[in-house]
Parts: sequence; C-alpha cells; structure tokens
Amino acid sequence: MTGSPMALLEITRLTKHFYRATALLDVSFSVRQGEILGLIGPNGSGKTTAFNCVSGLLTPDGGSIRFRGEQIAGLRPDAIFRRGMGRTFQLLQVFPGMTALENMLVAAQERAGGTLTRILQRDPAAMRRRAEELLRFLGIEAQAGQPAGNLSYGQQKLLDFGMALMGEPSLVLLDEPMAAINPVMIETLADRIRQLNGAGVSFAIIEHNVGVVLDFCHRVVVLDHGEVIAEGQPSAIREDPQVIAAYFGG
Amino acid sequence: MLAASRAGRASLWIALALLAGLPLVVPDYPLYLASLTLIYALAALGLNLTLGYAGQVSLAQGAFMGIGAYGLALFTAQGVPFLLALAGGAALAFACGLLLGYPALKVKHHSLAMVTMGFNIIAFLLMRNEEWLTGGSYGLSGIPRPRLGPVSFADDRAYYLLVLAVTASVAALAARMIHSPWGRGLRAIRENEVRAEVVGVNLRNYKLAAFAVGALLGGIAGGLFAPLLRYIDPHAFSLERSIQLLLMVVVGGLGRFSGPLIGAVVVTILPEILRMTQGLYLILFSGLIMLLVLFRPQGLIALGDLFRPASAEGRR
Repeated sequence: MTGSPMALLEITRLTKHFYRATALLDVSFSVRQGEILGLIGPNGSGKTTAFNCVSGLLTPDGGSIRFRGEQIAGLRPDAIFRRGMGRTFQLLQVFPGMTALENMLVAAQERAGGTLTRILQRDPAAMRRRAEELLRFLGIEAQAGQPAGNLSYGQQKLLDFGMALMGEPSLVLLDEPMAAINPVMIETLADRIRQLNGAGVSFAIIEHNVGVVLDFCHRVVVLDHGEVIAEGQPSAIREDPQVIAAYFGG
Repeated sequence: MLAASRAGRASLWIALALLAGLPLVVPDYPLYLASLTLIYALAALGLNLTLGYAGQVSLAQGAFMGIGAYGLALFTAQGVPFLLALAGGAALAFACGLLLGYPALKVKHHSLAMVTMGFNIIAFLLMRNEEWLTGGSYGLSGIPRPRLGPVSFADDRAYYLLVLAVTASVAALAARMIHSPWGRGLRAIRENEVRAEVVGVNLRNYKLAAFAVGALLGGIAGGLFAPLLRYIDPHAFSLERSIQLLLMVVVGGLGRFSGPLIGAVVVTILPEILRMTQGLYLILFSGLIMLLVLFRPQGLIALGDLFRPASAEGRR
C-alpha cells in the first residue's frame, strides 16, 4: 500500500491508542506528489486522528510518518507547518477577534525572521501582498478588514483554507472542507483546490460527501475502525464490497 | 483611519504634557499618588501583556515588582548607579518570569493561576525570611533617590517626572511590541492556541517571552517603587499586590492597551476619593468594582466604544 518512490507523505504502520481504545492500528498509506487523496470512512474510523498525528497535534504510539523523506512523527505542529504542510479543521478554527487579513498574516509571519525581527519590523511587503492575493483568489478580499468572527460560516471556511495556504505548502490536509457550506461555495472551493493542484500542491481530503470525493480525488483510502480497508482509484472504491458494507451500509 | 490615528497621537501628546505639568499645580500627596499610579500602571501593563494578550493567567506580578524593587535597593546599596541597578533588578525579574513561563507550557487557566500564586507566596516568604539579604519583615530603608549626571531626582516633583519619563518610554516600547507581528502572534495564541500552533506559531517561545516581558515590566515598576518611598518591605509585594494589579487590568480592560492605565488610575485613586466616607470606603470601593465587572466585563475602556462608530478593525 505504500512505498511509492514519488510519495510526498508516507505513513507506515501508524498506531494511536486513547487509553484502551485503539483509534489507529497499523495504518499505512501515502500521498504522492501532485495528488489529491481522499480519506473516507464512517464516523469514528480514525480519519481525523490520522490528520492530527500527521500535523503534530497528536504523538503517535507507533509507526512512522515521513514528509518529503523526513521523519516528522512527534514534531510540534508549528515545525511541521514550517516544513510545508498546511491543514484545516473539521470545526471552524479562525482567530475571531482578528481581521481576516490578520488571520492570514499570522499564518505566514513565523517564516519571516526570528523573534526580534517580528518585534522590531513590520510585515514584509511580499507577505502582505501574498495574503491579499490569496484573499482575492478565495473571493473574500472584501472582508479583509473585518473581524473573522463577523464572516459567514462559508467565508470562515475559505479563510481557514487561506491560512493553510499562507505557508506556501506542498501538501494541504483538508478536514471536511465542504461540510455545511452552500453548493456555490462548494463549487468555489473545489475549483480553487483543482487550480492549486494544477500548480503542484498536493491534497489529502477527509470528506463525508462521498460523491464529491469519488469525483474529485485521484485516489481514495478507506478507513474503518482505525484500519485501512481499501485503497485505490475512485471507480474501484465505488465497487469494493468491503467499502460498501462498512461505509455505505450495503 | 489615518485621521483617527493622528487624533489619537495628538491626544496622547496632550495627555503627556498635562501629566508633565502636574507638579506645577498639585500638592505633595496627590503628586505621590500620581507617581504611585504611574508605577502600578507600568506593572499592570506588563501583566496585561502576559494575561490580556497572551492569555496566560498570572498571579505573580506583585512578586516581580518585589524582585525589581529589592534588586534595585540591594544594587544601589552596593554603589551601583541607579539606571544600572534598575536594569539589574528588571533583568532578575525577567529571568524569574522566564522560569515561571515553563509551567505555562504544561498547565493552563486555574491550574496556572495556582502555580503563579505559589510563586508569589514563595517570593514573599523569601523576602520575609532571608533577613540577611532583605531585612526580613523590617524591610530595607534609606533607598536613595537617583542622580543622573548633574540632575538630582531627590525632590518629589523631580522624581515624579523621572517616573513619568520611564513609564511613558516603556509604555511606548510595549505598544510597539503589541502592534508588531510578534504581538499579533500573542493575540493569536489567546484566541485559538491550537490554530496558532498549526499555522506555525511556536507556542513555547511566545509563552515564555510573554511571561518574561511581563515580568520585566513588573521589575521596572518595582525598581521605580523602591526609591519613591525610600523604603520597601515584603508586604508591599505579597499576593495581595498581585491581585490588586489583576484588578487594575480587569477593571481597565483586559487585552486593550490603555486598559491597565485606566485601571491603575481607578484602583489607586478611587479609594482615596472614597476616604471621605470614612469606615465605609472599602465597602463602597468593593461594591463599585463588583458592579463594574458585572455590567461592563470588558472594562472601563469599553465605555469609550459606546461613543465610537462600529470599527471594521479587529480588537487590539
């Protein structure tokens, strides 16, 4: 299931327990360079736990996570972000009292010099420009000066996505990016993901909208009870009897 | 917005000019209270940085004031010049703040409050029990007012001006820090620690720095406090002082730059005004504070927001 020479992210036998409950057991999969990988499975199957391990929010109990060939299991989230991996969250995670532009700038400032630089200097012009360009790219530039908490749910989702992009990532983990947003915004988001993917950014997406995932992703990994039960092309996954039984209840 | 910022800057200079002219018009005791208010404002500004901006609960700001005050008193007793002694005391407070920042990496909220409270109690006990160094309960007296070159600050009026100059300069530096990208990182931690970390903010560095810089400001305030009375004892830096400083931050407006300055004025001056009610003054003071916190939990500074058009900017 793993071992692709072009793997950007390579997860091998990832295991995570919460007390006696096993959330992930020997999970292995990879995200290849330039790929959109879908991660699906019923509630509680371990998808978000896998993302949390990969992005450094949880320390795995076993296994390895290699990103661009480097072992990152156990690194802090900020260190992983700086290595070029962004992520969004299932539940909204923005800084509500700060403007949309400030939200974006926070997500890039740690790359611009050390603590003293950040205290003594203003934001580099290029960083500000990138933040404004990304807000425009996502269609929320008119909200740049508004506190993020005042934005609509969908706009906050886009802002969350924008923040993940500020670090110029080569891989973005999206946790249910299309949940609870209107169809127009889903289309906007899908279009932006495709554009970025065309520019070389890889994605791993957790999404409950299986139709979207199967149409959208190059490859799909299916988790159930913390284990990988299937992996392959969307067309093959659609027909896989184990997936149908576990996920579609067939 | 530019006009508003110009107006703000102009009113700041006017306020500074008025404060600088205070020694010409007010008698000794109100001037002493003004000096004390400025010193508390500086310490509260430091606490606001730790608590209001970085969201790290601290009940140790009184201890940092004490470290700065004892540091200055002990250094000047050894013949160290005032400014160096002030910097030395503040550096000690900074180092202790850095140390106290480590528990903040492990615990939060009320647990962190307990840890910092414990630190204040230990600092108080050291100041009280280590008589050979601190003079114990009797404290240290005869702390000299400074002389900087040909200028003596021995006089109450001159010393007030020195306190004003130091407080204004440090406050200007603190404002610069808060409005820098670094300050934005602190606010991000306060608003959403997990998200901040996932977009690259190094929580460890920021939290340690927030504690250390907050303590540094407390230390400078303590260093100015010692020569004001020319005497210090441990009770001036007990847990009660930390709670009083916390009160200033909360009453003025947590996480707003001018909040602690307003809070320091209210918490220092209001009891003096209420003294005319004699035995009732503490009850009245406490009652007013309770009402304020109940009906204006964002602090007195938020009263100004009622008269301001809705701003598009995020909260500073």
